[in-house]
Amino acid sequence: MSRLALLEARDVAKRFGGLQALADISLTISHGEIYGLIGPNGAGKTTFFNCLTGLYQVDEGRFLFDGAPLNVKAPYEVAARGIARTFQNIRLFANMTALENVMVGRHVRTRAGVFGAVLRTPGTLAEERAIHDRARELLRYVGLERRSDTLARNLPYGDQRRLEIARALATEPKLLALDEPAAGMNATETASLKALMERIRADGVTILLIEHDVKLVMNLCDRVAVLDYGRKIAEGPPAEVQKNAAVIEAYLGGSLA
Amino acid sequence: MLAALKKNPAAKWLGLALVVIALAVLPFAVEAGAGRSWVRIIDFALLYIMLALGLNIVVGFAGLLDLGYIAFYAVGAYMWALLASPHLSANFPAFAAMFPGGLHFPIWILIPMGALVAAIFGVLLGAPTLRLRGDYLAIVTLGFGEIIRIFLNNLNAPVNITNGPQGINKIDPFSIFGIPFNKPLSVFGFTVPSVALYYYLFLALTIVIIVITLRLEDSRIGRAWVAIREDEIAAKAMGINTRNVKLLAFAMGATFGGVAGGLFAGFQGFVSPESFTLMESIMVLAMVVLGGMGHIPGVVLGAVLLATLPEAIRYTVVPAQKMLFDRQIVDPESLRMLLFGLALILVMLYRPAGIWPSPVRKREFATAEKAGKLEPEQYPDRTEASEGARL
Repeated sequence: MSRLALLEARDVAKRFGGLQALADISLTISHGEIYGLIGPNGAGKTTFFNCLTGLYQVDEGRFLFDGAPLNVKAPYEVAARGIARTFQNIRLFANMTALENVMVGRHVRTRAGVFGAVLRTPGTLAEERAIHDRARELLRYVGLERRSDTLARNLPYGDQRRLEIARALATEPKLLALDEPAAGMNATETASLKALMERIRADGVTILLIEHDVKLVMNLCDRVAVLDYGRKIAEGPPAEVQKNAAVIEAYLGGSLA
Repeated sequence: MLAALKKNPAAKWLGLALVVIALAVLPFAVEAGAGRSWVRIIDFALLYIMLALGLNIVVGFAGLLDLGYIAFYAVGAYMWALLASPHLSANFPAFAAMFPGGLHFPIWILIPMGALVAAIFGVLLGAPTLRLRGDYLAIVTLGFGEIIRIFLNNLNAPVNITNGPQGINKIDPFSIFGIPFNKPLSVFGFTVPSVALYYYLFLALTIVIIVITLRLEDSRIGRAWVAIREDEIAAKAMGINTRNVKLLAFAMGATFGGVAGGLFAGFQGFVSPESFTLMESIMVLAMVVLGGMGHIPGVVLGAVLLATLPEAIRYTVVPAQKMLFDRQIVDPESLRMLLFGLALILVMLYRPAGIWPSPVRKREFATAEKAGKLEPEQYPDRTEASEGARL
């Protein structure tokens, strides 16, 4: 794993009042890998995501992304830098169609303003067509092309997860951060999600994955980090981490003695 | 039927021509059938359509509940009143020295100015509310709306800017290409009354506003507004600068309100603070909500209904009472509020999405039916189906 680092977290810490949600988390994600972030409930995984994507401001430490510091004051800047995310509790634009959801994802890579829209300038029309075509392509990519006119809230659960991924991909991310994408999925759905993630990686997007499904993480991830009570207790290839004593203790509880 | 129309361009053009003819002869038909005062009511209905479409951008698209929207109508009206009346010259020697006859700007300057000034006010009043949502936003905007009205009511001292509760009068009537709108116009021996002239001007601007709104809705900016309404956090994560996009919604909405306000001032020849009460804000909001929030034809319908029905009540209730009881028992004004409340309750009970809601749901049902016909076996394996699509 001597490839170039895409994301580097250095001593990231976050407190909520007296609760140390994240303590000195340092990790490095390389270009083109699938990096898993696991840990028991409340370990700080989603907090880490929220710090990375600018929803929270870190108290200490910093992120380096793609060779430059990630100094974000607002979450929308993160998407422009090339980090897209999905949410643990799906956050789609419920009353928009699947296609429109993905089209919103193109916002950050397009320019048209009010005057272009009102005057329908050739440039705006061309851009609008490109947004539309790209959104259709991405729906096809995640296998939702038949659902393009369905309202997001009426999609089956698994499709909503896929739509969130398509929407995130529409922002042209270098790093795709997925927060428990397989939660609530059955074995078939999980398998096809795994195939999708492998394909995304093959197409050059690095993936940061929070997941509870240990089997999925072990089969899919190149490396994993384990968080517990806001601290990183282990990091490495899945097979090694699985044998780590601290990890076993975190998941199964310590000995009673 | 609509689909058939779309496939048949000839029928589409014919339909469009019929609509154009209907709108063109409307003031004459109404005058012949119901009297000139009804043409005036239609003129006001057009102003309300502009207001409702402006508020629809803020409330319907961006989901920002604004209870002080009428402030922008007031700003537009007063700006027009100040720039097209003797008021400033009568009260400020400096103005009198430069413009002895008072300020009389032409409509070509006043309309864009009204739009611009209202947009600036939209941004100014929107900026402090950016972090607020729902009920809190409603309360703050309500306060802003009242602040503007109270300012207008009291800015007659120490310097007389708004002439206080008496309002500003002697506002210039419209004139375009030297044609004054306050006198009937004779074209080839055919007389167009003043209210009909106003009707055509308002109709033209209403159509412009409808086209602008339709185009904005179906654009990158329009989608960003709806995204913010649906889920602000997700919208941010998608890279939408929610601060700017919200301010843009406030500014665009205010623009339409400002234009409508200016037209109102020129049409009436007089403005005073009592035209811009909270009740007016609520009325415009009710037009948006009753018609179908976020759906442009619905909002237009809501505005037309709520602007004309109360007048219809006024014109029918009094004669009806006189006929039945030989005297007037219920004041039409109080009956109006009673019926208005009843209408609101009924619409919310039976058509919670508005009288004419967005057809997205119909489209949705259509695709659900098609999808339902696919047996699970036929449902293509997604990974295979997506071969060929590349990132």
